[in-house]
Amino acid sequence: MATKILTEHINVPGIETFDVYRKQGGYTAVEKAIKTMTPEAIVEEVKKAGVRGRGGAGFPMGMKWSFLAKPEGIPRYLVCNADESEPGTFKDHYLMKNIPHLLIEGMIISSFALGANKSFIYVRGELMYVIHILEKAIAEAKAKGFLGKNILGSGYDLELVVQPGGGAYICGEETALLESLEGKRGNPRNKPPFPAVKGLYQSPTVVNNVESIATTSWIVNHGGDAYAAIGIGRSTGTKLISASGHINKPGVYEIDLGVPVEDFIYADEWCGGIRPGHKFKALVAGGSSVPILPANLALTLANGEKRLMSYESLSDGGFATGTMLGSGGFIVFDETSCIVRNTWNFSRFYHHESCGQCSPCREGTGWMEKVLHRIEYGHGHQQDIDLLVDVAKKIEGNTICPLGDAAAWPVASAIRHFREEFQWHIDHPTEATQPGAVYRGEMALV
Amino acid sequence: MEDVKPQLLKVTIDGIEVEVEPGTTILQAARKIGPAVAPPAMCYYQPLKGSGGKCRACLVRVAAGSAKDPRPMPKLVASCLTAVQDGMIVENETSPQVIDARNGIVEFLLLNHPLDCPVCDQAGECDLQNFAFDHGKATTRYEEDRRTFEKRDIGPYIQLHMTRCILCYRCVYTADQITNKRVHGVMNRGDASEISTYIEKAIDNDFSGNVIDVCPVGALTDKTYRFKNRVWFTKPVDAHRDCPTCSGKVTLWYRGEDVIRVTARKNEWNEVTEFICNTCRFDTKKTSDWTIEGPTKISRSSVISANKYRADTIKPSFGERLAAADYKPIHDERDTSQLSIQQLPAERFAKVLPSALEPEV
Repeated sequence: MATKILTEHINVPGIETFDVYRKQGGYTAVEKAIKTMTPEAIVEEVKKAGVRGRGGAGFPMGMKWSFLAKPEGIPRYLVCNADESEPGTFKDHYLMKNIPHLLIEGMIISSFALGANKSFIYVRGELMYVIHILEKAIAEAKAKGFLGKNILGSGYDLELVVQPGGGAYICGEETALLESLEGKRGNPRNKPPFPAVKGLYQSPTVVNNVESIATTSWIVNHGGDAYAAIGIGRSTGTKLISASGHINKPGVYEIDLGVPVEDFIYADEWCGGIRPGHKFKALVAGGSSVPILPANLALTLANGEKRLMSYESLSDGGFATGTMLGSGGFIVFDETSCIVRNTWNFSRFYHHESCGQCSPCREGTGWMEKVLHRIEYGHGHQQDIDLLVDVAKKIEGNTICPLGDAAAWPVASAIRHFREEFQWHIDHPTEATQPGAVYRGEMALV
Repeated sequence: MEDVKPQLLKVTIDGIEVEVEPGTTILQAARKIGPAVAPPAMCYYQPLKGSGGKCRACLVRVAAGSAKDPRPMPKLVASCLTAVQDGMIVENETSPQVIDARNGIVEFLLLNHPLDCPVCDQAGECDLQNFAFDHGKATTRYEEDRRTFEKRDIGPYIQLHMTRCILCYRCVYTADQITNKRVHGVMNRGDASEISTYIEKAIDNDFSGNVIDVCPVGALTDKTYRFKNRVWFTKPVDAHRDCPTCSGKVTLWYRGEDVIRVTARKNEWNEVTEFICNTCRFDTKKTSDWTIEGPTKISRSSVISANKYRADTIKPSFGERLAAADYKPIHDERDTSQLSIQQLPAERFAKVLPSALEPEV
């Protein structure tokens, strides 16, 4: 049975209210942290826990906190990145909607640890009802003395602000988020300087994902070592996975890192298997930006061992045979999925969401989308496949922020693993453009 | 008191070592060595604070981060933003990865930029034209529809032709930093981004004309000069006047006896040295308005120098390198002495392309 760190009380009726949350042991971590621990001790516990950023990059959270510059006389900020908008990822939304106080408790502890007196939760603008839930929860916490001036009589002040975003995917990139929070166009900043040195309003800032921040209350209550004991290797703790696609039980699941991918897909506890009568074809393991894997590589490593739900195991073999855990957006495809159409769909998203600041991303994402559109609609040429690979290669690593990589990886990996499908679209334009047409090897049509 | 000089940092770019002050970027260090190793820059503009990092034309490979930490940087970095470290080793023209990336950048920039150099006012002074000449290819792989826009008047003196814009943001930074009434910026996102003014507003202030000078391509043009001439038919002359608004130091562009254009003076990197006001630029176009200093120094390899010097003094080094790169000895049965062409000896290219001397496998 998986450990429940974030979702233990999520189904308790009324858990979104302060009183019910408090009855379930909520805010005890705030009391413990503020009354009995120093900020340094909290940072140390988070470091010991080995929790890695849950937004997608997987950077060690404690290390990120320790990079925070602490110049005298300059405020520090904590910003919670709740601009979740990667296709296939919906875990933060689930957490904030159902158990908002868990995030607020985490924000108080993290802000205290970082010495921030004003913190922000930057929520995607479309999620207005979630913003209202958070604002209500903040008001409750403030009324009970857990926010505002002199929290629990400790002398520590914290103001928590919920900021609706503009609804642009790029605003989930930490520096673009800071620009947006400052009221500017959401363009990513060049790094260095990193936000830990010059972030919000040119002050030292830590930007963390909702899930990362929400783990801190458990870490404070149980200790970093207890957290590190869960999971596998450097992938410690639990992870929220938002599972979708052709599975029997789509939803958000909290798993111990290290569960085999096969178990996660087929066990009744989680996805409950592929929908009846169909075959597992491909997997996007960590949100649409990560490389897609065919079924055989999704379940096993190149050396034949079982692939696990962990940062290391999923990325085993680099992009030749591996992918990334990313944000945990787990999308399963069965044999009725057209990989070309799916790749075009992803590409369309990244083309639309590119900020347009740097030339490889601005021009390259559009180019890839147009070529994929042509192939999907039966107007592809033989040279288009290699062209796509080359364009993806020219974008990858050459852009200001990782959106360029996010646009390039799905295309490059789809061609790497499903080249014959692209070829089939080019060779058989009439058949490929029939409604519901999907490449199935010898039997080309559904 | 004795002056304390900052300790200089040693950086090696394409095998050439140079000493620079702390805080210097790789691009500035490379420029200190000279044009041979200076990366191209489409968006970086030294006089404009915060510019750079967008076009990615100046990407370089850092083969060693510093003497203390000699590990290479994992990705190519924008040389215009990356500060040098002591002992840093940078590969620019010598890295195939860098050249490959730049080829890609040219291709991306030219996807939507029309190759209408024959009718573009910027022809001959265009950074993209030079960049494409150095790193581009003769053909394109892009076959989709290109983005087009209507030409727009954004003031009495400036015309915006967004079709040619490469979104370098230089004009936005210029308006932001040297004018007091900025009304234009970037709208939309992705490849739908465009430079635009705030709801049909005109750019109207004393220094607005400078956005024309900073534009690396022909997107922002001078309405008092458009279609009047080609730059290589004109004669640039340095001049100044007593101007109450700006320094009054300009370049006058003569066609015959007439001043047909006034621009700010630019350095060898095509960057304005001092921004000038609109009165100097647009309203004072008589020789009698100016004190002439003498001919503007223009690089002899520039197209602006064409027809002004003896042919044998112009040495287009790039053309030579290109020829050397394409050179392959002919191994066939023919007696080349009987042909009307003479095979060029490999020694001729030894300096620029040592591999030309190696036998073909």
